[in-house]
Amino acid sequence: MDWGAIIQNSFRGFIGEPFIYFSLAAMGLNMHYGYTGLLNFGQAVFMAAGAYGLSMAVVTLGLNFWWGLLLGIVIFPLLLALIMGVPTLRLRADYLAIVTIAASEMFRIIARSPSLDRWTGSSDGLTAFANRFYDFNPFDKQKRYFFGLFIGNQMWVVLVGWIVLSIVVLIVWMTMRSPWGRVLRAIREDEDAARSLGKNAYWFKMQSLMIGGMFGALGGMFRAIGTQSAQPQNFITDVTFFAWVALILGGAAKVGGPIAGAAILYGILNFTDVLLRQLVENGYMPEAIMDGTQVGQVRFMMIGLGLILLAIYRPQGIFGTKEEMALDDR
Amino acid sequence: MGGVQLMTAFTGVRRSAMALAFGLLLLVGLGAGASVSAQESGGEVKGNLVQKDDDGERVGVPGVTFRAFDESGAEVSSTTTAEDGSWSMIVPEGTYDILLDVETLPAGVSLRNPDKNPASVTLIDGSSKSTLFPLGEAEASSAGGNTVIQLIVDGLKLGLIIAMCAIGLSLIYGTTGLTNFAHGESVTFGAVMAYLLNNAGVFGVRLHLIPATVIVVLICGSAGGLFNRTVWRPMRRRGASLVAALVVSIGFSIFFRYVILFIFSGRAKRLRDYQIQEQWDLGLFRLAPKDLVLMIISVSVLVGVASALQFTRMGKAMRAVSDNRDLAESTGIDVERVISLVWICGSALAGLGGVLFGLTESINWEMGFRILLLMFAGVTLGGLGTAYGALFGSIIVGLFIQLSTLVIPTDMKNVGALLMLIVILLIRPQGLFGRRERIG
Amino acid sequence: MTAEPSTAQELFDGVPYEPGAAKNDPILVADNVRRAFGGLVAVDVEHLEVQRGAITALIGPNGAGKTTFFNLLTNFDEPDTGDRLFEGNDLSGVSAYKVANLGMVRTFQLTKSLSKMTVIDNMRLGGTEQAGESFFRALMPFLWRRQEAEITERADALLERFKLSHMRNEFAGTLSGGQRKLLEMARALMVRPNMVMLDEPMAGVNPALKQSLLDHVKGLRDEGMTVLFVEHDMDMVQEISDWVVVMAEGKIIAEGPPESIASNQAVVDAYLGSHHGSALELEAD
Ligand SMILES: Nc1ncnc2c1ncn2[C@@H]1O[C@H](COP(=O)(O)OP(=O)(O)O)[C@@H](O)[C@H]1O
Ligand SMILES: [Mg+2]
Repeated sequence: MDWGAIIQNSFRGFIGEPFIYFSLAAMGLNMHYGYTGLLNFGQAVFMAAGAYGLSMAVVTLGLNFWWGLLLGIVIFPLLLALIMGVPTLRLRADYLAIVTIAASEMFRIIARSPSLDRWTGSSDGLTAFANRFYDFNPFDKQKRYFFGLFIGNQMWVVLVGWIVLSIVVLIVWMTMRSPWGRVLRAIREDEDAARSLGKNAYWFKMQSLMIGGMFGALGGMFRAIGTQSAQPQNFITDVTFFAWVALILGGAAKVGGPIAGAAILYGILNFTDVLLRQLVENGYMPEAIMDGTQVGQVRFMMIGLGLILLAIYRPQGIFGTKEEMALDDR
Repeated sequence: MGGVQLMTAFTGVRRSAMALAFGLLLLVGLGAGASVSAQESGGEVKGNLVQKDDDGERVGVPGVTFRAFDESGAEVSSTTTAEDGSWSMIVPEGTYDILLDVETLPAGVSLRNPDKNPASVTLIDGSSKSTLFPLGEAEASSAGGNTVIQLIVDGLKLGLIIAMCAIGLSLIYGTTGLTNFAHGESVTFGAVMAYLLNNAGVFGVRLHLIPATVIVVLICGSAGGLFNRTVWRPMRRRGASLVAALVVSIGFSIFFRYVILFIFSGRAKRLRDYQIQEQWDLGLFRLAPKDLVLMIISVSVLVGVASALQFTRMGKAMRAVSDNRDLAESTGIDVERVISLVWICGSALAGLGGVLFGLTESINWEMGFRILLLMFAGVTLGGLGTAYGALFGSIIVGLFIQLSTLVIPTDMKNVGALLMLIVILLIRPQGLFGRRERIG
Repeated sequence: MTAEPSTAQELFDGVPYEPGAAKNDPILVADNVRRAFGGLVAVDVEHLEVQRGAITALIGPNGAGKTTFFNLLTNFDEPDTGDRLFEGNDLSGVSAYKVANLGMVRTFQLTKSLSKMTVIDNMRLGGTEQAGESFFRALMPFLWRRQEAEITERADALLERFKLSHMRNEFAGTLSGGQRKLLEMARALMVRPNMVMLDEPMAGVNPALKQSLLDHVKGLRDEGMTVLFVEHDMDMVQEISDWVVVMAEGKIIAEGPPESIASNQAVVDAYLGSHHGSALELEAD
């Protein structure tokens, strides 16, 4: 057993690429659920919008990288928010939940469909759209940085990721202390109260869906840039719930909650992942119980279990208090 | 006109001749590139999917998906047949199951040997292997007659299965307010249990599908009852919010799904009994005997459930609790008992639905989740919380899915149903049978 | 309590004491408004006009349809048929928040104080046309700081009047039932409405405070605001209302100044009748 690798990987989980992707996605969910009370179960589609916005702009449409950013961060998420929000934001909360999860499934089917191959690359997805991003890389590709955790290209992704994440945190912090954030929190608690005071609840919910969706798209775009590919497999329905677990773990409606949650989540996931892999590789794990490919399935089971246990035993998250916001509020 | 021809006709309309020629060129180019890389690492598995047309000419079948699974059941690669029916995948050295995704076959086309799908191939670096997937005779499918009627029959079949699964979803929602995202896993569980009993067998005894189904229904019902007892009833007692309950149900959905994947593997599997059946040609459409039996079973179960809801005391109690829980409680109905029964019956029906679905298509670890979304579409169309609405909504969804293949590619047929879900919410959110939402 | 005669009675000069009577200067007109829940017709009002600048009480047995009628007037619910005019604006198809912005603000029978927000934040929420309620301006605090201070000042003054100042920074969830009623009323006033509609504002408020609230409501009228409120306590209705509208089984059965109502035979029948029928059970709510 290589304990050094296990520790190093767990630490990487705390601050590395997946932490960035899912912090951003969970920041978006926090805007949706934590502050506005919207049940978005399709954050993975917003992530996909970021990834495919960029990659389709560059690969399919032949536009340059900057148009890709515009398409991925602004246009695709806005359209998506309209499609999912217009029919549901006037209705009871679970309709949005159903439509967002249906949107995830639609994305999966469409993105994998061979008949749209020349647009989306179907199952294999699209690659080689992020060269422009790496052109700006000031780090040496051959060298390792940050306690030897990241090689040059990764360091560049992670560094930009941290900066973007800080900006997003700042935006959330500022807006949540403003009258705008006050309206959102009022809507979360009682939409009718907000409406009786002249607030257009529908439009505020739509704004929340759009902005939180853009944060998700940023996360997805980083995932595409970091892995240099946009693949349907990376944005399937279940991916959304990694962000949910991060959000609930850190505590909804706290500005730093999603970040703390994502760090802890990926610390734990990477730890178990590497541990299990090493157990399998070194023959400690009987073949009958688990083999190499099944290790990847374990992390999904952990996400499912995590959702169940958190929702039942710790709805306010690790750092939250019940007075402010908890999953089991009525 | 045969289904295949019709499909090709539509394909032809969709893609301009230019794109076609270009695509072919590209394919030739890619093919060359692929065989070069095959020399370096991994091997190539390839084939030519062809079928006889009306004139007995062999023509390629485009747009069919092949997937390669490694020995652990993980999908390592997938591809789609080109215009001339050719396909190829490069995979690392090893043994693979090559699966033809039957869902992507054009309407009316089927495999001649469904039990030889997936096919197993072993590849070493630099090797190239051809795999044959013979299709059913083109003459047979062209004799099937009217495609629209065929699609309606298929749609009814699908809709009935969705309906059977959706009753539980709708009743659980009605009586407890919970949108149970884990309901799909009851469907998968039923199908997988049937597979275990029918194919793998317990203690070396393989049960015939009919007794196996009976056992599956019993197991699923008890499992549903147990699930309610151990998880949902305590949560209701503690007064947990509906959002917390919703999240818990999603947690269970994911957890169960991946446990099933872990145990059952990612490969699609088929039941042993009634797999290969000669289809009856009934002039206007074709139907396998098992499909007829399946439809008869579904209809009788649905009629049974509807009359139980309508006429028995328990059924009336269920509807009363659905309508207004507090009122029902005050008239002396034991609400918890009703909810228990709803969970048991709903899960049993979902399990049965899973077996029937497994009988017509194949069984895989996420089939229930796929069907769950179709159930949502059906239930929303009919009106959330109404039992009869769920029935009609689901059948319409089934029809819609099959008929939509007339205009959209088969592999995207479910998108139509999900789009319909969104459009319904836009124009009539209470569904066809629901009442206008209460406010204030 | 000593019944002090109301001062706006002259607004009703020449108005007949009958259901649907035309007012001298109506601010709100409902015509043929009907709403059924399944088979139950909850509201079926042929005609009602509400006098501007007066305090009108809406009374009636439980289940008479008062709350539903409030919902219909403020567009929180849509009538099956009928028109509503507020200051000449047709309310058909107008969203509830727009109705509030037109100047008609309501409170709820079941209070909707936002318990996870502080009392002062609840109040601030009521401020209208806040620059900081735009996402982009929210990011530039210097654009809305001054307005926020103004709003806070107004909020504090209202809290003072409603005897809630000491709870200013507490979560609204920690308030008592009566205090929540007060908070909701104070919050509604933050919108600076022309007309407030109060659904049972005094339920659960302690008697000592009630008196000052009553004075406050009268003060609102004297500032020119129109008040429509639902109340069960007849003493209170007698004391502060200029006009009383009686509803039973969804219909308006009587109208008139408070003195005329107690002796009205239809009203007596409605209240007594309700004690024989099914409404008896609903009394408990
Ligand atoms: N959302 C609703 N759904 C069904 N019935 C309702 C609804 N709201 C009110 N009702 C019924 O309408 C009638 C009038 O209720 P309501 O307006 O609350 O009366 P009040 O406020 O005068 O006590 C009652 O019989 C009540 O049961
Ligand atoms: Mg009322």
